[in-house]
Parts: sequence; C-alpha cells; structure tokens
Amino acid sequence: MLEMHGISKIYRTDLIETHALRNFSLKVGDGEFVAVTGPSGSGKTTFMNVAGLLESFDTGTYKLDGQDVSRLSDEQRSRLRNEKIGFIFQSFNLIPDLDIFDNVDVPLRYRGLGSKDREQRIKSALEVVGLSARMHHMPSQLSGGQQQRAAIARALAGDPRFLLADEPTGNVDSLMARQVMDLLEQINEMGTTIIMVTHDPELARRAHRNVHIVDGQISDFKPFEPHDEPLTGPAVGAAMAMAPA
Amino acid sequence: MFGYYLQLALRNLRRNPGLTALMIGAVALGIAVCVMTLTMYHAMSGNPIWWKNDVLYAVTMDFWDPQQPNDDKKPELPPTQLTYRDAMAVYRSDIPARKVIMHKAVGILSVDGQSAKPERVTTRVTTKDFFQMFDVPMQYGGTWSDAADSGPEPVMVISRKMNEKLFGGVNSVGKRIRWNDNEFRIVGVRDNWLPLPAFYDVNNGSLEDAEDVYIPFGWNVALELQSAGNTNGWKPEDVKNYQDFLGSEMTWIQMWVELPDRAAHDRFKAFIDNYAMEQKKAGRYQRPLNNRLFKPDEWLKVNDVVSNDDRILVGLAFAFLAVCLLNTVGLLLAKFLNNAPLTGVRRALGASRRQVFMQHLVEVGVISTIGAVLGLALGGLLLMGLRALYTFDVEDAGGTQALAHVDMTSVVTALALAFFATLAAGLYPAWRIGRIPPATYLKAQ
Repeated sequence: MLEMHGISKIYRTDLIETHALRNFSLKVGDGEFVAVTGPSGSGKTTFMNVAGLLESFDTGTYKLDGQDVSRLSDEQRSRLRNEKIGFIFQSFNLIPDLDIFDNVDVPLRYRGLGSKDREQRIKSALEVVGLSARMHHMPSQLSGGQQQRAAIARALAGDPRFLLADEPTGNVDSLMARQVMDLLEQINEMGTTIIMVTHDPELARRAHRNVHIVDGQISDFKPFEPHDEPLTGPAVGAAMAMAPA
Repeated sequence: MFGYYLQLALRNLRRNPGLTALMIGAVALGIAVCVMTLTMYHAMSGNPIWWKNDVLYAVTMDFWDPQQPNDDKKPELPPTQLTYRDAMAVYRSDIPARKVIMHKAVGILSVDGQSAKPERVTTRVTTKDFFQMFDVPMQYGGTWSDAADSGPEPVMVISRKMNEKLFGGVNSVGKRIRWNDNEFRIVGVRDNWLPLPAFYDVNNGSLEDAEDVYIPFGWNVALELQSAGNTNGWKPEDVKNYQDFLGSEMTWIQMWVELPDRAAHDRFKAFIDNYAMEQKKAGRYQRPLNNRLFKPDEWLKVNDVVSNDDRILVGLAFAFLAVCLLNTVGLLLAKFLNNAPLTGVRRALGASRRQVFMQHLVEVGVISTIGAVLGLALGGLLLMGLRALYTFDVEDAGGTQALAHVDMTSVVTALALAFFATLAAGLYPAWRIGRIPPATYLKAQ
C-alpha cells in the first residue's frame, strides 16, 4: 500500500537547514492500522504530509499503491490524493461557511463526479459516522466530536484506499475520543488502511502496530513517558525491522 | 466546475463584505473615470457626419498677410473662415451640389402676447442648404428657399427645445415670433440634433450646443449682423460702417460645399484657385496660392478639436485605473492569503494548483464584472455632470439615449477594459495562492 525508502526532507532557510526526515523508510500493508508516535518536532507531521502527497521530499523513493509518486506532476499528485487518500486533521479543518453536506462534497467536486453520485456518497458517508440528521447543520452548530465525525465522513466519501489521521482525537474530550477511535477501527475493519499520528498511548495501543519517530527517523528507542506503557507485539517488531540501522 | 467556482466566489465575497466592497469600489472608480474620459475623447475625436465624409468639404482660402501665415504653428494652413466678400463670390459657383455660407449670431427672441420673458438665443445665420447638407432632422415643416435667402424673407427655423418652451411642443409652423424686434414666421422646427464635435463651426468650441434659431443669410445686410464667434483680420483697416465691414479683410464666415464626386471636387478647387488668381491681379491674395478643401475628419484634425491635453487626460485616466487596479491586486492578495488555510484544506482534499487558480480567477471575474457594471453606471453619472458643465443640451442629444448612441464604442471598450484589466490584475494573486504548499496551513487551521 505505502512504501517509503530512504526518504529525506530538509527545510531550508537563509540561516539554517532542518532535517525533518532522515533516510526514512516504512512499509504499510493493505488493511493495516498503524499508529505513529514521537515527541514534538520529531517529524511525524512531515511524514504525514509526505505520505499524503502534500509535500515533496528531497531524496528517496515513495510508492503509493504501487505507483512511484516522486515524478508526478501537481495535477497527478492531486488526483492521486483525491482518489486514494483521506485526511483527518486534529482541528477538523471543516470549511466554516459550508454546511456538513457541502463539506463532505468538497473532495467529490474535485473528482468531477455527477450530482446524483455525489449525493449518494455523501449520504452514505454521513450515515456511517452517524450524522445523517445533521447534514444541513453548519460546523459551528456541531460539537467537537461531531465535527470530527463530519471530517471523517468527508475523508470516507471518496472511498479512499487509506486514511491519514493527524491527532484525530487531539481536540475532543476523552469520551468523544473513544467514539472517534471506535469509528476508525470500524473503518479499518471494512478494509481501509489507516495511518494515525497520536500522542495518546492508549489510542496507539489500539493500532495494529506502532511506529515511533525521533529526529526524523524510525527509532527503536522508546523514550519514557509518564503515562506510557511499553509497546509489544508483532506489529512493533515489523516496524522496527523497517527502521534504518 | 465553473458553476461550483461561481458558488464559491459568491460565498467568499460575502465572507468579507468590507474587503469586497473596497475592491469593487476601487475597480468601479477606476473604470468610471476611464469611461468618462474615453467617452469624452471618443465624442470629440469622432466624426459626427462620417457617412458624408467623402462629399462634404470645408472651404479655406489663403488671402492672409504676405509676411506671415495665419497660424505660426501651422503655416501651411489658410485661415479657417472666409471674408464676406470672398464667401459671397465663391457661393455663386454652381459646381457644388449643395453649398452653405454661415456664421453664428446672438439674438433676443420673444413672442407677442406671451408672458414669457424675451430670451437671448444662439442663432445660425445661414443659407438654406445647411439643413440638407448636414442631414439636420426636422420635427415640423421644412427650411426656406433660395429666394428667402436673398430676399431676405422673414422666415425662421427653431429648435425642438425652443418650440417646446415657447409653444408647448405643438406644431408651430406659421406662427410669428420676434428676433431682435423683427418679426419672423416659423417655417420649420428642427428635431433633436447634437453633432459632437460641432464640426461645421469649430471657431466657438466644438462642444457647444447646436443653435436654437436659424435665419436666412441675407439678413446680415438687412440687420447689419456680426458674428458671435471669432472675427479676425490680418491688417489694420478703416472700417467706418457696415459696408466697410462687409468689404474688409475680416474673416467671420464659414463655408461648406457638397461635391458628389472627384470631378466636382477638382472643378470646384480649380474654380476657387482661379478666383484667387484673379484676386491676386487686383492686389489681394499675395501669399502663394494655397486654397484648401477639407473633409470633415480632416477638418477636425487640422483644427485640433482633439487637443494634446485631451490625450494627456486619457493617459492620466488610464494611470488612475492602473493605480486602482494595483490597489485591487493588493486587496486581492490580502483576501486570498487570508483564506489560504481553507485553500490548504481544498488542496489536501484533492484540488490541483490549476483548480485553485481557476477558482480564484472566477472570484476575480465576479469582482471585475460587478466593478465594471458599477463603474459604467458611475461613469454615466460623471458624464452627465460633465455635460452639464459643458452646457450640453441633453435633450438635443436625444435625452438619456445619447450616451448609448454617441458612446457605444466607448462603452464596449470600457467594459472590455474593465473586465480584462481586473482579470489581469487578479492573475498574480490567483497564481500566488495556488503556489502555497497546502501543508503550510493545515496544522495551523
């Protein structure tokens, strides 16, 4: 599904260079649910942006669903992003002056689908997240948890091959966080690959495997965190195996 | 997708109404000034009798001072008017299909038995062909005869506006009216007519109204009329009475002829040249032979009806438009960058740079369209104000239709200019917003 080898990403200013990803390699299989953890500034978001084709990278290769993305034009990358990737953001990123129906409609518009097809997909996605009754509400009229579910519906409407979730529970309370996580698990069980950045060890434990990033690299060193518990299991082992020496 | 972009554009414009109003206002103001200036320029640089451009000619003859030309800046040109004696002599030619000698005068108009105060009116003292030569439309009646010109007969044509003022707009043909205390009979009422510029007499300003009263040329002698326009001479003369004035070297008569073909043109030119040669023998016309016939478009050009100041004004108007558009570019950039986080979301959801560019360009298109329409309306208002300043007779120009009629080219030009200039101004902001990496704003949203 997703295969990165030796990816480097450097942010340059006039004064400094920041190595956000260093020789980063990762392989995520079809149907996996991967949690990405790491301290602030470790490169998690850069990894998500590169994986989501929102940013280019300097060196290395990246294959998404078997397709090498490094030489694609902006038009091709956008189409790939639209058709194969769904995004879920910490701050939901709903468009404030569109109602929920129109928000979910956004990626479908760019795909050029007909109105009937779009309507069917929107209603179906809102039904999955339990927001059918709120489709004509504005985002400001919904709670944080409902807004995140709407954002998940938007990500699902295009029937993507995988979801990239950046701290999806970061802005909701713990009860809502569990509901969002339950929803992501359901979606994953339906066959969608999920990569989720999180600081929450409890949520990370619910993923199939964890990838820990430190200084732009996958690390086998798990730093101590007060509420953290050691990660175990075969998924972690697989991630460690992919990490560069 | 265009419909979707349009929806988004309208929504975005509503989101920042203040900023939107500023942008539209800037565009509209720039366009309004351009529309006004272009319209005036077009009106002044146009040929109001283009359909007869190849048959009408202004007659000029160079009898001026042998030591210096009439106009030092254009020494090759004869004076723009003729002396009375030359005008009368050349008028006797039967070569032209039509011919007119004329000048502007001022008279006091009154109607016996009416309570309305006597009114000072501009008057054209002219031979009868004036109306047919220049396709002057008549509302009632017609003009007068050759006999009335030479008689002279007390006949008169008045303007529609004057007819409405004095007679309530009814057919006044046959009614009596007093001009400078002399009784005239109305034979015709001129319909609305405003040739812009007033090509047939460029001596009194080319943006003046057409005259309200027309009387036969023969009344010059009978009433000892003088020109209300320019009267120029090149040498000191001992003018003791009106007969001396008529025989003097003073120029005050305008002459136009209608020559239907090249042969007629050449014959008439030969006629006036022969006349000048005869005058040379009599001691006049001491300058090299230099008689010229000008078509209306040439006439407007040699008389600088469109001056350099007017051209500079057009340039300044465009400079003002450029400043307005530059401000709009700045406001557009601010607006688009303000919305960059939402653009980042759209990019993440699959919008390509091209799609983002098109979306913003449609928004610019909406702004430019609204700005253009408002600018056009504002330009129309400014134009009406300007016309009032120039004492334009809007009724003579055909009421409000005149703007559209006279300035259709300017209107279309200004609209196209408004739309494409604003669109061009929006290209950079629309392109710029599409170049912002989508990830930049996603985390910050």
